[in-house]
Amino acid sequence: MKHETPLLDQLETGPWPSFVSDLKQEAEKRAKNEEGTEFQIPVDVVDDLIGVLELSYKHGCTHWKHGGIVGVFGYGGGVIGRYCDQPEMFPGVAHFHTLRVNQPAGHFYTTKYLRELCDLWDFRGSGVTNMHGSTGDIIFIGTTTKQLEEIFYEMTHKLDQDLGGSGSNLRTPSDCIGQARCEFACYDTQDLCYELTQEYQDELHRPAFPYKFKFKFDGCPNCCVASIARADLSFIGTWRDDIKIDQEVVQAYMGGEIAPNGGAHKDRDWGPFDIQKEVIDRCPTKCMWMDGKELKIDNKECTRCMHCINVMPRALRIGNDRGVTILAGAKAPILDGAQMGSLLVPFMKVEPPYDEIKEKVIEPIWDWWMEEGKNRERLGELMKRQGFQKLLEVTGFDPDPRMIQEPRSNPYVFWKEEEVPGGWSRDINEFRKQHQR
Amino acid sequence: MAFISSGYNPDKPMEDRITDIGPRKYDEFYPPVIAKNKGKWLYHEYIRTGVYVHVAESGDEVYSIRCGGARLMTTSHIREICEIADKYCDGHVRWTTRNNVEFLVDGKDRVQPLIDDLESRKFSGGSYKFPIGGTGAGITNIIHTQGWLHCHTPATDASGPVKAVMDDLFEYFQSHKLPAHLRVSLACCLNMCGAVHCSDIAILGYHRKPPMLDHEYMDKMCEIPLAIAACPTGAIKPAKVELPNGKEVKSVSVNESRCMFCGNCYTMCPSMPLADQEGDGIVLMAGGKVSNRISAPKFSKVVVAFIPNEPPRWPTTVKTIRKMVEAYEQGANKYERLGEWAERIGWERFFEKCDLEFTHHLIDDFRDPAYFTWRQTSQFKF
Repeated sequence: MKHETPLLDQLETGPWPSFVSDLKQEAEKRAKNEEGTEFQIPVDVVDDLIGVLELSYKHGCTHWKHGGIVGVFGYGGGVIGRYCDQPEMFPGVAHFHTLRVNQPAGHFYTTKYLRELCDLWDFRGSGVTNMHGSTGDIIFIGTTTKQLEEIFYEMTHKLDQDLGGSGSNLRTPSDCIGQARCEFACYDTQDLCYELTQEYQDELHRPAFPYKFKFKFDGCPNCCVASIARADLSFIGTWRDDIKIDQEVVQAYMGGEIAPNGGAHKDRDWGPFDIQKEVIDRCPTKCMWMDGKELKIDNKECTRCMHCINVMPRALRIGNDRGVTILAGAKAPILDGAQMGSLLVPFMKVEPPYDEIKEKVIEPIWDWWMEEGKNRERLGELMKRQGFQKLLEVTGFDPDPRMIQEPRSNPYVFWKEEEVPGGWSRDINEFRKQHQR
Repeated sequence: MAFISSGYNPDKPMEDRITDIGPRKYDEFYPPVIAKNKGKWLYHEYIRTGVYVHVAESGDEVYSIRCGGARLMTTSHIREICEIADKYCDGHVRWTTRNNVEFLVDGKDRVQPLIDDLESRKFSGGSYKFPIGGTGAGITNIIHTQGWLHCHTPATDASGPVKAVMDDLFEYFQSHKLPAHLRVSLACCLNMCGAVHCSDIAILGYHRKPPMLDHEYMDKMCEIPLAIAACPTGAIKPAKVELPNGKEVKSVSVNESRCMFCGNCYTMCPSMPLADQEGDGIVLMAGGKVSNRISAPKFSKVVVAFIPNEPPRWPTTVKTIRKMVEAYEQGANKYERLGEWAERIGWERFFEKCDLEFTHHLIDDFRDPAYFTWRQTSQFKF
């Protein structure tokens, strides 16, 4: 290896896959270059990446600077500039920019396509990736400014593939595995994710928003893609009819013939399955009971938390009248504390081409946020600043107790003049006829 | 290293330009058994940790073998994944939302040879390339950010602490013995690219020293108004400063008591670096969740205000996380998430059971929501 790495070497042992070992094999592969690749960035880029990381381990802090504005022509996002603050020691990573590559929904791949990505990235970049970044993109870590347009050209011309979002724009939407391989999914997360990504390409590539904006698509209230915690608009699958029950299979669970929760607890002895203790008593609305040998559910009282379905997936199934619940305004803590998504649309059907979602939810909210949002103000912060009523006003949804945790405990209602009979214009002289000074 | 053009002509950037085409469409990558049975799955079942079957209405089955992996992955490793997927999975593979790799096969007889192969592959240093696990009531992969490997504002590394913590928690990755699943996440600064704030256990990098001011270069390298505007707490003001040589320059001053150490100023202005070997370290948060199962989603709470960075293996962080995991394993009821357990027994009992010190840093004093976290009842436990 080009650099001594006594600290990083200690991360090669232990069972969990070692990123250090992986980086070292990549550095060796490039040095040997058995394929005869005409590397377009320094051959020893990965050696220098390991070297600068070792230096950070020694110094206890980073050696990367924020880049200037780099990108591809006509786009304001998709590339993040990155420069090393020790370029003489590590010339291979002096310029080391990131590209975000818009992942296919559901993160399914063919090996043919993955190899095409690898070929491009070995040739014009470092060969180091994230599979995947936090938002969901394929991340290409490390290339030079001159290669950015070349990569974009090859990606669009040969791979039929576009970049993802960064900066104050629509970030690359992402989804859970959904109906592709999950019996809980209440709508086609992949299709909605793909269609909205295509519909809003301009918003994704050309920053025109006050700050970042995220869509995430969870097929059911288990929320495997964490939309409720981090998406400005969170689409969570749900249903409004009855949970389907197969009573014979309920008996099979009760008789111990089928492991509860798909066997997710089987490495510990929790005793025999107890439907009363594990399902009925844990139901948050207490809307279930046993009637003799029959499991009963008062579906009207069910809040679809998924617990009973998770525990007995072969006996209980999601309803047939399916759609989404849409929540708005989630974000990580910076600045004024973290926000969960707040429920805006209790139920909406999800049907291609998804016009109702686009026209009644997304676009009115964007119009409001783009008009009123301050620089670097997320939707959730604007909602806090201007109030939930304003969100209702711009979207036109009727107020509904399903939107709140509880009613307000202060009576300080900002009544509007038109809500008060006779309005606010009064004659003080008329008043004085009845009331002396 | 001769430059090879892709065909792009820098003099005519719009020539043959293709833009706004978006991602590849999901369904061109579906394995046939997925394409055929999409939306018609009946149920799933774990065969063992990391291996599960989904059964469709048609009677078709798909077996998924889930493998942990560093999200930092080279093309050498991806090509090895491709080689395996070609050999056993007809050229298909997928990733999960938490950076695991999943190999899918459509028949039970195809499972064991794949498992044997995956378990036999190790990196040169001895770690598994494809450890199988990460399902059910256990601990799956840690989602994380870039850290010292590729970010300009981290207060800790990401890949290193993740490797150290997962090495220690590996038994839970490969078993279904916890009361419920336990999600661990890491973000290397408080901007939280990783949105770790709703995790059962969150590892968060944190700076503790305000930015240094490189006055001589401030006005040359930065748009000072942008640096001022970037501060979330309004701690930065314009200032005129006299350099040691007597020259007066335009710069900024920082009200250090208002600094929350986010590094947003440094993002705007390289003359305001704040990283520091002694100042930087790790905050541990606990008790968050995103699922709506049984109880509503919850934020993680700060339970350890600071642990110094201890590269290369962060032993105090690793040990403290293990204490929490073991206390949860012993104390929680079946199906109870870490945060639900903490709320049931009370936070005073949580600190006792986890053997964590309670310090003043853990009492919220940041703006209005702080009040709602103080205890407004006479009910507490001795």
